[in-house]
Amino acid sequence: MLKIAKERLNELYAKINETMGLFIPIKRAGEVNYAIWKDGKEVSLETLKTVKSPKNMFFPQSENLMKFKKDGNNLEVIDVREKLGEKIDERPFVLFGVKACDYKGIEVLDKVFLADPVDSYYQMRRESTTIVTLACSRPEESCFCNAFGIDATAPMGDVTTWLDSEYLYWQANTEKGEKLTAIVKELLVDGGEKEVAAQQEKTKEIMAKLPYANLDLSRFTPENLNELFNAKEWEEMSEACLGCGTCTFVCPTCQCFDIRDFKTNEGVIRFRCWDSCMYSDFTLMAHGNSRTTQMQRFRQRFMHKLVYYPSQNDGLYSCVGCGRCVNKCPQKLNIVKVIKTLGGKDND
Amino acid sequence: MINETLIPKVGVVTDIRKDTPDVKTFRVVGTDGKKLFKHMPGQCAMVSIPGVGECMFSITSSPTNEEYMEFSIKKCGCVTEVIHALEVGAQITVRGPYGKNFPVEEDFKGKDLLFIAGGIGLAPLRSVINYVRHYRNNYGKVVIVYGARSKDDLVDIDEIQNEWINEPNTEVYLTIDRPQEGWDGHVGFVPAYVKELGLNPNMTAVLCGPPIMIKFTLAGLLELGFDKSRVYTTLELRMKCGVGKCGRCNVGDKFVCKDGPVFRMTELDELPDEY
Repeated sequence: MLKIAKERLNELYAKINETMGLFIPIKRAGEVNYAIWKDGKEVSLETLKTVKSPKNMFFPQSENLMKFKKDGNNLEVIDVREKLGEKIDERPFVLFGVKACDYKGIEVLDKVFLADPVDSYYQMRRESTTIVTLACSRPEESCFCNAFGIDATAPMGDVTTWLDSEYLYWQANTEKGEKLTAIVKELLVDGGEKEVAAQQEKTKEIMAKLPYANLDLSRFTPENLNELFNAKEWEEMSEACLGCGTCTFVCPTCQCFDIRDFKTNEGVIRFRCWDSCMYSDFTLMAHGNSRTTQMQRFRQRFMHKLVYYPSQNDGLYSCVGCGRCVNKCPQKLNIVKVIKTLGGKDND
Repeated sequence: MINETLIPKVGVVTDIRKDTPDVKTFRVVGTDGKKLFKHMPGQCAMVSIPGVGECMFSITSSPTNEEYMEFSIKKCGCVTEVIHALEVGAQITVRGPYGKNFPVEEDFKGKDLLFIAGGIGLAPLRSVINYVRHYRNNYGKVVIVYGARSKDDLVDIDEIQNEWINEPNTEVYLTIDRPQEGWDGHVGFVPAYVKELGLNPNMTAVLCGPPIMIKFTLAGLLELGFDKSRVYTTLELRMKCGVGKCGRCNVGDKFVCKDGPVFRMTELDELPDEY
């Protein structure tokens, strides 16, 4: 294991930035989100939860897919990645400070976007990124990653780091991680095993005492799909839902998207952007709508995360317990309430 | 260019046929004059008018047609309205094929086949029916029951009356909802007609049409003794990507775009009722 003194972290960022782009939690206007590092920016590794998850590094909130040029009847399709290359940081980049829950969220997205047929827009960014994770040391009330078998004290990724009051501890896990380590090697010194082990033990003690430490998910199995779908509790649980979609936008695993066109002076640009199953026109077709009530839309989101997705992906849930929806829902609705209501008998 | 499923090919409309007051059939080839891609009966493609939108349509023509593809499209929304205004020579985009096809090379082989369609529901069935006609000896008896609101709403009536009814070992039954001048055929709804016909329940059945027609026809077939595991239909939900990623056509643990659109009735029984 290697380490670097906290006050030298800026040197580490600068070193990485010499050869690669660096995305890291940065404080701006009172909010912390992943953003491009530049000297002078206020990095906040201590922030437990960035407002938005790092999913937009690979799956941007909005991205151009292609352009159409029309000349008389002639139509030309142009892959904008070739023409508008300057819009994408073409250098490989480092995503720094990813928590265990968000890292698991990336694994969940991988199973969607990298499944056959591969989404090459996502793949391109994913492959050129080195992920440096950061273990949690101060989990808070809304955290429940342990319900999904995630160890917040030992996230994976290309490099795993731990932060205490004096040092950032560093451990490479993959070939990409070793390469990054080689780049910053001159700044790192040996040591830290003991401190990391002590921090991990302390964090686990906190985790065990959190209010959502013991959620029971045992009923969320493919065999119970229809029984859960037809549960009468959905009506009451969803009653207050405004359909604002905030939960889907802050969620590290929500991946629904829309594809739309807009007309410019130089032709039509087709782009995709985040969408939400919470919205009434999400399933609207010319001849009807398969989900006409907010209850149905609410149910779809949670059934997808806890039953449909796991059923398609060997039991992997598409919730990682980051707790952002718990904090952000204006109506105080969230997946924890759903789990407690329908998840199993040990939730009482 | 990177091989990317969301990036479509350019297609040229080479022929437009007005089938009914609100259905037109568009013949499409690539800019090189050749067929855009191969497909199997029941599969779909994303057709778009850049700047307007992109929608999923079933490929109406048979895979055995190696020259072009056809799409029978009903005017019912903002994209189809613009498609209906196209003229021959117009360029559009097409990508696909998407979805699971009818099991024409597996479960259908050697079987007596019953095709039941309502209105524009004939579109996905036309590719199967013409595929079966092409490889006629691989299949048993073929029975086609097709209904529409009026005689003017029967899609592809020329092909049905000039070709399908002359096919050996093939029976074609047409019906319209209400009596109409110039129509001496059967009058009545498809589900009732199917029951009246007293069809042999050992046939493998394929149903396509409005949800209400499917529901009542299926009930009728079950009464006649048909086995649900040998009844197929297609589902239709909103789609954007066509490859199981955008999340729109998700129902239960299936995506209609990649796990469907063709489903066995027994598969639908396992899905939540939300389609």
